[in-house]
Amino acid sequence: MSLITPDFGLLVWMTLIFGIVFFVLAKWGFPMITGMVDQRSERINASIAQAREAEKQFAEMADRQTALIEETRREQARILKEAADARDKLVADAKEQAREEASKLIQQARTQIAAEKESALRDVRAEVANLSVEVAEKVLREKLSTEDAQLKLIDKLVGEINVPKPN
Amino acid sequence: MKCWQLIGLGLLLLLLPLSLGAQETPDDEVDLDIQEYLFGHVGDAYEWHITTVNGHPVSIPLPVIVRSRTTGWHCFSSRHLEEGSYEGFFISTSEKYDGKIVERDASGAEVRPLDLSITKNVLGLMVNSLVLVLLILLAARWYRRHDAVEEAPKGFAGLVEMLVTMVEDDIIKECVGKDYKRYSPYLLTAFFFIFINNLMGIVPIFPGGANVTGNIAVTLVLAVCTFLAVNLFGNKHYWKDILWPDVPTWLKVPVPLMPVIEIIGMFTKPFSLMVRLFANILAGHCMILGVIAVIFLTANMSVGLNAGMGVVAILLGVFMDLLELLVAFIQAYVFTMLSAVFIGMSRQEPETE
Repeated sequence: MSLITPDFGLLVWMTLIFGIVFFVLAKWGFPMITGMVDQRSERINASIAQAREAEKQFAEMADRQTALIEETRREQARILKEAADARDKLVADAKEQAREEASKLIQQARTQIAAEKESALRDVRAEVANLSVEVAEKVLREKLSTEDAQLKLIDKLVGEINVPKPN
Repeated sequence: MKCWQLIGLGLLLLLLPLSLGAQETPDDEVDLDIQEYLFGHVGDAYEWHITTVNGHPVSIPLPVIVRSRTTGWHCFSSRHLEEGSYEGFFISTSEKYDGKIVERDASGAEVRPLDLSITKNVLGLMVNSLVLVLLILLAARWYRRHDAVEEAPKGFAGLVEMLVTMVEDDIIKECVGKDYKRYSPYLLTAFFFIFINNLMGIVPIFPGGANVTGNIAVTLVLAVCTFLAVNLFGNKHYWKDILWPDVPTWLKVPVPLMPVIEIIGMFTKPFSLMVRLFANILAGHCMILGVIAVIFLTANMSVGLNAGMGVVAILLGVFMDLLELLVAFIQAYVFTMLSAVFIGMSRQEPETE
């Protein structure tokens, strides 16, 4: 049976042809394809890892952002509260100051009024004294117009001087 | 598009029985010699027989290259052999060298010269190999012209890449193990070589139709390549398993029973590869030929019977052709996978507890 006895010529040709095919494909064919496919799959794996990393970072960033917003809101509330406090305090201070100023002014006015009053009183008093001295002078002049009256008065005065008053 | 595919398929169906039929029925009254019909198709030949028109064979003559022990090298066209003897060489009809080129020695007995003729199978091999190399290099060229890291191939290069990655990922990486890269060119070449040759064998018209992978010489070379790949690079553990396997000592000394079995096993593995591929493809060709032969066997019977059997044969033939497409792929896959498994076994590291 020629079917199951390998023919020598065909063996030689097959070895030669398969050898050449193997050489060509192993040198320029398959390593090119498999190498590129490997590179691409590496690249894809790297990209997936990168994407995962980016996703993680993004999630972290989002968390941080939320935290930041929260903090900012708190800060805002605090600042608003502080501002309100400061305003209240300022108003209170101003009121206090105004009150003090006013009371001081009133005090001043009061002292001034008192001084004015005093000086007015003094003037009045001096005027009254002058008037009374003038009146007294006029009265005295009227009363002592006679010699007798003058002497009588001198006597009386001298009498008063002689009796010294006890201390 | 669909329409054209259908028409193409229809034409193919028409051509398949016609091309076979034409050469087997030169005359209405000639009985079909089934054995010659079968072996003529699946066997090797010095010329490429295409068809027979009115009793005249139409064939492509191929170069005959022989070296006689007495007269040295001869190279001539196979056309000269049709008339009988040429330069002392003729095609034998004897039991021993049937269909082969022989010459007569001094005593008149037939002897085989050293025969390196480009036969039908050799030409088939060359054509198929050229097709294979062109296909793969064409696909590889895409990678040279594009940045494959940035984009994936489409179309033809994508198809080749799909097949390559399938073989590489499913067979080679799985079966060979860690240093698969060293073997992947050989295994990929083997896969595509067998696959393309199987497919070309199914095509019924020239340059397809040569029964290349159904020839034992071809599968023998492939099996020897796997044998070499397994045994040349086998590690220490592999050789220890063969020469001093982990079995009770009385199985090894004084009669080295297990080592002998293991050494026989070294050869039976590639032998099974050789026979499996050869027998599957040969059987596939024979089945298709047998189904088609029904048409010609019933040619001398009534017209109705012949027509009926013809329809049945064509339907069966289409079925067998489709089955052979599947077998073409499966056999390439199986050969590659088993080769990879054998290589993987020769690279196995001893299990550490």
